Amino acid sequence: MMRMLHAAAALLALAFVPAAHAQKEREVSIGLQAAITSIDPHYHNLSPNNSLLLHVFEPLVKRDANQKMVPGLATSWRAIDDLTWEFKLRKGVKFHDGTPFTAEDVVATYKRVPNVPNSPSSFATFTKPIVETRIVDPYTITFKTAAPHVLLPSDLGAVYIVPKAVAEKAATDDFNSGKAAIGTGPYKLVEYVPNQRVVLKANYGYWGGEEPWDKVTFKILTNASARVAALLSGDVQMIETVPTSDIAKLSSDKNFALADKVSNRVIYVHLNQWNDKTVPFVTAKDGKPLEKNPFKDARVRKALSMAINRDAIADRIMEKKAVPASQLLPDFFYGTSKKLKPQKYDPDGAKKLLAEAGYPNGFAMTIHGPNNRYINDDKIAQAIAQFYSRAGIDARVETLPSNVYFTRATKGEFGYMVLGWGTESGEQGSSLRSLLATHDPAKGMGVTNRGRYSNAEFDKQVTEALVTMDDKKREAMIQHAAETAMNDTGLIPIHYEVSTWGTAKGYRYEARTDQYTLATGLKPAK
Amino acid sequence: MLAFAIRRLGQSLFVLVVMSFLVFLGVYAIGNPIELLVNPQADAVERARATAALGLDRPMLEQYAVFLSRAAHGDLGRSFVFNVPAIQLILEKLPATLELAFAAMVMAIAIGIPLGLVAGLKPHTWIGRTIMAGSILGFSLPTFWVGLVLIMVFSVQLGWLPPNGRGETVMLLGVPVSFLTWDGLRHLAMPALNLALFKLSLLIRLTRASTREAVLQDYVKFARAKGLSPQRVIGVHVLKNILIPIVTVIGLELGSVIAFAIITESIFAWPGSGKLLIDSINQLDRPVIVAYLLVIVTIFIAINFIVDVLYSVLDPRVRLGAVAAH
Repeated sequence: MMRMLHAAAALLALAFVPAAHAQKEREVSIGLQAAITSIDPHYHNLSPNNSLLLHVFEPLVKRDANQKMVPGLATSWRAIDDLTWEFKLRKGVKFHDGTPFTAEDVVATYKRVPNVPNSPSSFATFTKPIVETRIVDPYTITFKTAAPHVLLPSDLGAVYIVPKAVAEKAATDDFNSGKAAIGTGPYKLVEYVPNQRVVLKANYGYWGGEEPWDKVTFKILTNASARVAALLSGDVQMIETVPTSDIAKLSSDKNFALADKVSNRVIYVHLNQWNDKTVPFVTAKDGKPLEKNPFKDARVRKALSMAINRDAIADRIMEKKAVPASQLLPDFFYGTSKKLKPQKYDPDGAKKLLAEAGYPNGFAMTIHGPNNRYINDDKIAQAIAQFYSRAGIDARVETLPSNVYFTRATKGEFGYMVLGWGTESGEQGSSLRSLLATHDPAKGMGVTNRGRYSNAEFDKQVTEALVTMDDKKREAMIQHAAETAMNDTGLIPIHYEVSTWGTAKGYRYEARTDQYTLATGLKPAK
Repeated sequence: MLAFAIRRLGQSLFVLVVMSFLVFLGVYAIGNPIELLVNPQADAVERARATAALGLDRPMLEQYAVFLSRAAHGDLGRSFVFNVPAIQLILEKLPATLELAFAAMVMAIAIGIPLGLVAGLKPHTWIGRTIMAGSILGFSLPTFWVGLVLIMVFSVQLGWLPPNGRGETVMLLGVPVSFLTWDGLRHLAMPALNLALFKLSLLIRLTRASTREAVLQDYVKFARAKGLSPQRVIGVHVLKNILIPIVTVIGLELGSVIAFAIITESIFAWPGSGKLLIDSINQLDRPVIVAYLLVIVTIFIAINFIVDVLYSVLDPRVRLGAVAAH
């Protein structure tokens, strides 16, 4: 009897498992955390879109898992002089509809970019520096810029190329319906259902070689528990952004594997320095206004940085999925300084510095932060407040949903703001300029400097660095600028987020710093 | 009846206009969508371009006036995020939500009313008590928790049902429905049960209470004394008389299930419109928020109208539009 049962069980197992396997061997499903808002690659400059559309379309310059620039549709590029860039294009590349890729497609694409109707976040920022384009031959193209623009290859890495015929006629709706979704990438679009799923199939003629998957389905699973349940039940083979609460469970289960990597996103604090005299939500401990804005004093900023225990936040709140930060990017990225180390936790030193600055009794303030934008953002704000009480500062916490928070933070309505920043370009120079240069949006300086920190010496350094064409020299200059701003505590870096992917047994993911979830990085495990 | 319908229509239009204005004002007060939409690296020129492209550079009242005049022509605006007409986005998602809501209500009615009747007729037996105890569980367990437990048991442990999404659909009268395919039913079962649980318990309690009250009434005693079969007494005399409050509650609850199935939808990644609403609020996608609430209010108005008509069918004493009160 027992033997018969065993035999029946074995038969059942045979009947189900291999059949299911054989059928699905070259098919894979992936659970994503955020909606893809459009298939039009020039409609919405948004990380989830850019990540997904990289399967279908390609830019001239691609990035490896550490965001280093690698050849994409261009095989090489160089600056001929301070104002001219030359790109050599890849030969023998065909679009999904069979038309060959040439310089004409590049020109037509860049012409379309600033003219996408209703675009809520345009890619024009990347093509705008180009004032003149010349096709030298079908596989050589030169761009002239009005001012030296060293970031051009990096910028063009964000713009995906479409065929000329598509660039000239297609509307956003045509991409979403699939009609115009024609790229050179390793996968073709099969179906796009907003807020629900995107289905891709392999492009067997891909210039970069064959992919391990015939069909890839991306499912939008915004709820973190639902995403984990989908992985556990075998409905998907990989998920992105494993919630910190489930990391322990998945890493102890041998049927699943985790892949993680420190990301390009830094969590940091901006201190309101809009006004010399007053600052919102900061008062003396008895509630009376202070005589002047304490955040204008570098010693106060430094003290506020020293009073934070970054290791404790990374270990306990982030479950080790964060790395204490010293600048805007982890120190293996271009333009980061190895001389900068995360500020050591020193509450007594902080007290001393505050006393020196004229606040022997500290002061009172409210810490503001979002509560649904970054990993554990509200808990981070709470923890910071507790550390401050040990340094003699009365800190209260108010966290807000991101749709309310960012509008008010941009208007300078908060004193102490917890924020986050991802560097998609993979080099520190442009981020330093956006977050720390003196606010002058017309010149592209300090566009996201919500604290209004201002340091003339740093402004000069970063501006000069970003027009220096020599890569080595520029890197040293950016490092120097970073040191200037960080030693002056222009902002308070907290940590770099670590992104985590969960895969089922038999699959392996090459984790990336840009938080992109790519089927091209998912391989059957050997 | 006609006068009643016309008066209702007028009131409804007024409600819709007032509601749209309040939503407009509310979204305006929450924050600026550009903050969330535009890439943080963008410079001032790009921000100004995006603001103008979405029409957000004009004063609030002017934006509302533009909206009203377009709405009068049937255009509720385009989604800021997806750049498709808001109404299209909602109508694509609505069939899935309606299907889920109706499946849940059918489940709640088909199980809840009979169980409630049994519990009401035999309140002191073990079966009556078990039903009541069960209904307390249905009331008190939080929806998201029950949903996760269902997924853990039926998808992860047993592997019987898929954990998320909507199954294969077929067209029925031009509307995609999934309850006519086996795959669709498998996907529908768990989310519908999850959503039905609370309504089910509510119906059990309501039916039981009304039944207990009805069986003590003289007309029931009289019917019994007349020698009618128990089936007829319960099925016709009791049931018909307790249905009025039940129909009211079903009508109200159906509306709330359609509008606010959000938790179930996000746990089971059900591609419905509730999830769309939450995502749109998080993104401050105003055209979608306004259009969604307009559609929902319209549905509520329609359901209430149907409920009022049903009253008059169930209870001949109720007359529609009878201003005979004075």
